[in-house]
Amino acid sequence: MISSKNLLTIEDFTPEDILQVLDTAVSFKDVNARAIKKLPTLRGRTVINLFLEPSTRTRTSFEIAAKRLSADAINMSGSASATVKGESLADTAETLSAMNCDLVIIRHRYAGAPGILARHMDARIINAGDGKHQHPTQTLLDLYTIREELGSIEGKTVGIIGDIAHSRVAGSLCPALVALGAKPIVIAPPTLMPSRPDILGAEKSYSLDDLLPDLDVVYTLRIQQERMDESPFPSLREYAMLYGIDSKRLQAMKPGAIIMHPGPINRGVELSAEAADSPRARILDQVNAGVAVRMALMYLMLGGEQSGSVA
Amino acid sequence: MALLLKGARVIDPAVGLDGIIDIKIGDGRIADVGKDLDAGDCEVRDLAGMILIPGLIDVHVHLREPGQEYKETIESGTRAAAKGGFVGVCPMPNTKPVCDSGPRLRYLVETAEKCGYARLYPVGSLSTGLAGTQLSEMGDMVAQGAIAFSDDGRGVQNDGMMRRAMDYAKMFDCVVMSHCQSEDLVGNGVVNEGVASTRLGLAGWPAEGEEIQIARDIALCRLTGCRLHIQHVTTAGGVKIIRAAKLEGLPVSCEVTPHHLFLDEDSIDTGYNTNLKMNPPLRTKDDCAALQDALLDGTIDCIASDHAPHAAHEKALEFELAPFGTIGLETTLPLVLTNMVRSGRMSYARLVDVLSHNPRRILKLEPVTIERGSSADLTVIDPEAHFVVSVDGFESKSANSAFIGETLVGMAYDTYVAGVATLCSGKVV
Amino acid sequence: MTDYTVKAVVLDELAIDRALTRIAHEIIEVNKGTENLALVGIVTRGDLLAADLAKRIEKIEGVKVPVGRLDISFYRDDVNTHLAPEVHRTEIPFKIDGCTVVLVDDVLFTGRTIRAALDALVDYGRPARIELAVLVDRGHRELPIRADFVGKNVPSSLDEHVRLYLEETDGRSSVEISQKRSGERAGAAPLGQGGEEL
Repeated sequence: MISSKNLLTIEDFTPEDILQVLDTAVSFKDVNARAIKKLPTLRGRTVINLFLEPSTRTRTSFEIAAKRLSADAINMSGSASATVKGESLADTAETLSAMNCDLVIIRHRYAGAPGILARHMDARIINAGDGKHQHPTQTLLDLYTIREELGSIEGKTVGIIGDIAHSRVAGSLCPALVALGAKPIVIAPPTLMPSRPDILGAEKSYSLDDLLPDLDVVYTLRIQQERMDESPFPSLREYAMLYGIDSKRLQAMKPGAIIMHPGPINRGVELSAEAADSPRARILDQVNAGVAVRMALMYLMLGGEQSGSVA
Repeated sequence: MALLLKGARVIDPAVGLDGIIDIKIGDGRIADVGKDLDAGDCEVRDLAGMILIPGLIDVHVHLREPGQEYKETIESGTRAAAKGGFVGVCPMPNTKPVCDSGPRLRYLVETAEKCGYARLYPVGSLSTGLAGTQLSEMGDMVAQGAIAFSDDGRGVQNDGMMRRAMDYAKMFDCVVMSHCQSEDLVGNGVVNEGVASTRLGLAGWPAEGEEIQIARDIALCRLTGCRLHIQHVTTAGGVKIIRAAKLEGLPVSCEVTPHHLFLDEDSIDTGYNTNLKMNPPLRTKDDCAALQDALLDGTIDCIASDHAPHAAHEKALEFELAPFGTIGLETTLPLVLTNMVRSGRMSYARLVDVLSHNPRRILKLEPVTIERGSSADLTVIDPEAHFVVSVDGFESKSANSAFIGETLVGMAYDTYVAGVATLCSGKVV
Repeated sequence: MTDYTVKAVVLDELAIDRALTRIAHEIIEVNKGTENLALVGIVTRGDLLAADLAKRIEKIEGVKVPVGRLDISFYRDDVNTHLAPEVHRTEIPFKIDGCTVVLVDDVLFTGRTIRAALDALVDYGRPARIELAVLVDRGHRELPIRADFVGKNVPSSLDEHVRLYLEETDGRSSVEISQKRSGERAGAAPLGQGGEEL
């Protein structure tokens, strides 16, 4: 049984909760490989995908997960906050609450927005990315992928490379890796580094090449072109030169080490085409695991609200 | 009718007073001070167990009128002042429209005369519309009663403009109050850069974004000779710069807020409580300790609330969208009493300096002392009153307090403005 | 576990052995051999019985019958109120289309597990026929379901557990009746538990 009602931050889940999600996801991954992928499990339950920031991948993954569990999945999208529409998030929460939904999955431009929903409604809440804060379900699928590919998470060294300062992916992955006994190292130029990576439990480095041979996982983040206005580095060319995974760096990787990326990829920037398509890349495995992990999460969060010992 | 305040412990370091003394008030002034004064035909108010001090002044509040009367008005804001023991307040000019001309400033003075519960000492803007490009009509505003000038809420970004504003203000002998925030460095920052910004995934507001402008304004103070008051200093580094300027003999003063003294960035958790969103932001525990030390050693001259009322629906927004600020008029005195005086760190004499004498000195107001002839602007404290800060308990129109739920000990019991009670036994009258 | 009390051992190791041998013979007899025959056991312990039956069938007929295991957690009708503490993988490494599938479970009770298993099974394909083999039928059916092969009928009360323990998971092989503790739900014992009291 999951110990937390909601998944607002990855710290809401104990290491045992996280492992339970990963264990359960194994069975859902089997289901996703069947010809008939639908299960009757959450028949009659209502799941709302409240995506107030554009996101095709994550929303689709959640939608597929909900539908494969037979829940009624409703997508609500909008731009930014409803301040534009004149409705606050608190009012949106109360409106959804009045419609008796069971689970709300929220993606929002601003940190802490899932907590506003949680304060204003009884439904369970899953954070699908809040501002630059956290993206806990991405973390769960990343952990699943690491465990599946490397056999375990404990003791592994995970280098996270890129725009750490603005990354909700790093914001939840680092503390979860620490909780499960792995070692995260954030690797970025100082202009893309948060001021206190130690708070996330991560070591920091400015030099990818020094660390590359020690990494079990090379986790590259997307460089957001729109941030180039702030000029955190001189050019994409120089970024790729210092931090991009290319054929030379592929060679320098530890045997058995894997490449991960939350997508979408900027080919030629953080990953060369060769790296993205190499046998080390687990980027599509991450996407595949994403559906199973989100099914497991919905099953464990919506099922068995009064738990008992059954087999 | 004359009033005899009987039996309070009267404390005023300016005249070396600390003892059980009676005070007689007539025609708005202190008529007599002495032990066991004869009541005669005076109305007698028994204040045994209470503490009586010169009335408190808050040099930094936002009363929102005109333009945002749903947050606060001059009437409700000065009621909150009376409740908090304040006899006078300095409203900042960032109203809608901005208080940047004589007629606009006159409006504040006239409104306060009609419905105010405290003296109003309006602060005009340095630049028109707070745009930081053109000087406001300071001369006209002084003629209508402006006491000081500030572009609070934003600060003047351009160095040359700040130099011109200080040069110009100098001729009126008005203090220039500076909100120190380098927009280049601060950007969209909403919490202290460091632990809080990393932990919460929010844009950081670095200490240096404040310190760089404190240093700049002190340099401009040296250059222009204009009196400078640094608003809401929040960092150990800022304190250090101000301390050095004072040693040098520059005419520099500064204020600190109760929330920067007593709250730090760690209090903002993943609940993202927007009542803890401040500008400048809550800093580190080390900064709080440095601010408290500086308040005690005299580097920091006064405590100001930066009373910043906002409606509940505004503070219910996402942290990054919600407006900055906390209300403070009704909790400033209790917080200082609870956290500094009761703990034994601060004497009542120092409390009178930082809440009463120093604010008047910075504003160049007529001093108020407990002696015959002084204006009867007085604050009476009930040092044993316990209360829990709650959203329902405010005179202010808004309830966005950073201290909701805290139990405080000590609060204003009576407030007198020119001998007239605005607060009596804890009730605004 | 301190108040765990066994009221009766209804099948001991030898009796279980005899019952399984008989069921193996019956399966072969009813299906006229092993052609197109497959066994699918319901976790937990039904899967172990299925593997055991397959071995017995092989001994008799000299033919390896395909065996699968089925976890019915996602098909339960009480998923809104009760979650299985642990989800096990379903493994059916053969096509069930056109097969005669013998579902194998340890104890047949309300029939709800079998209902869920039937739903789960048809999501893997379309068997020609589905049969049901159980070691124990304890009665109290809530759905119109009956077993084709039964090791032993065991009359029981609703406030009792009827549970199978197996050597390989629990350290002993027996079917036992014990008193249900208040609030406890009926169902199989957690794996590896209940063995230490004897």
